[in-house]
Amino acid sequence: MKFSVVVFPGSNSDYDAFYAASSVLGEDAALLWHKDTDLQGADVVILPGGFAHGDYLRTGAIARFSPIMASVKAFADRGGPVLGICNGFQVLLEAGMLPGAMVRNDRIKFVSRLVPVRVEQTDTPFTVACASKQVLHMPVAHGEGNYYADPETLAALEVNRQVVFRYADAAGEVSPASNINGSLNNIAGICNRQRNVVGLMPHPERATEAQLGSADGRVILASAVKALASLSR
Amino acid sequence: MRARVYVTLKPSVFDPQGRVVADALVTLGYDDVQDVRQGKFFEVEIAATDAASAKTRVTEMADKLLANPVIESYRVEVLP
Repeated sequence: MKFSVVVFPGSNSDYDAFYAASSVLGEDAALLWHKDTDLQGADVVILPGGFAHGDYLRTGAIARFSPIMASVKAFADRGGPVLGICNGFQVLLEAGMLPGAMVRNDRIKFVSRLVPVRVEQTDTPFTVACASKQVLHMPVAHGEGNYYADPETLAALEVNRQVVFRYADAAGEVSPASNINGSLNNIAGICNRQRNVVGLMPHPERATEAQLGSADGRVILASAVKALASLSR
Repeated sequence: MRARVYVTLKPSVFDPQGRVVADALVTLGYDDVQDVRQGKFFEVEIAATDAASAKTRVTEMADKLLANPVIESYRVEVLP
């Protein structure tokens, strides 16, 4: 299967995602320039981390106008799995492909470290290989990961089981103390109603080998392989 | 014509940057500062024949791009 990774001007985790898909998982992978419109036969599309378009105006605000995004949206509308990582999550929010928005981290600090994240839902293409409530250690590196949605949207996310990841402690306890950036309900990642579009702030692609400090992120990409294999059966 | 757009975080959204600026002002000795909200300011030059149509157009722009209505509110004024 093929992972296609979009490259925006300012992306910096694009090659990490490409490497994780191709070298670590041994799957096909392609890098797609943001001005292209061809997804090159993607089975999975990844919007990577970084600072697309310099985060001008707001994080992700300009990237949604990149020509490739119309193709990504059409792919998602057909049920194709799309993963937005960090800045890619912010792009999905600005593009209206996921609900809510990001504001600055509540303690102002840019947070860059390995954090425990609890998997809340295993029926998405990016968590289907996870155990329920599994705790994954993955790095975060962001200044604007403070997830916000109005109370109605937040309630709908919870009722529809769209909160896919929450910041937790190593034992899997979700509390204000484990909330690294002020996100409502400790939200680290969500999915859309159809569950095929997932965004998260932590970087699974930077935690795919033990030498990197954690290999826990591998299961996120391996989930996509498993999800597509079960579809084609 | 020239229009001005003021974008601020909605009152319900915590503004960490504004809070830090307020703390800095207090540190400078302005201990009468009670709160600061940080926002964005845009000046838009637009080809329009009258103020009403300019305001309609720029309001649309604010809604679609200049502000993110999930977290921000905006105010548009057209200069005479």
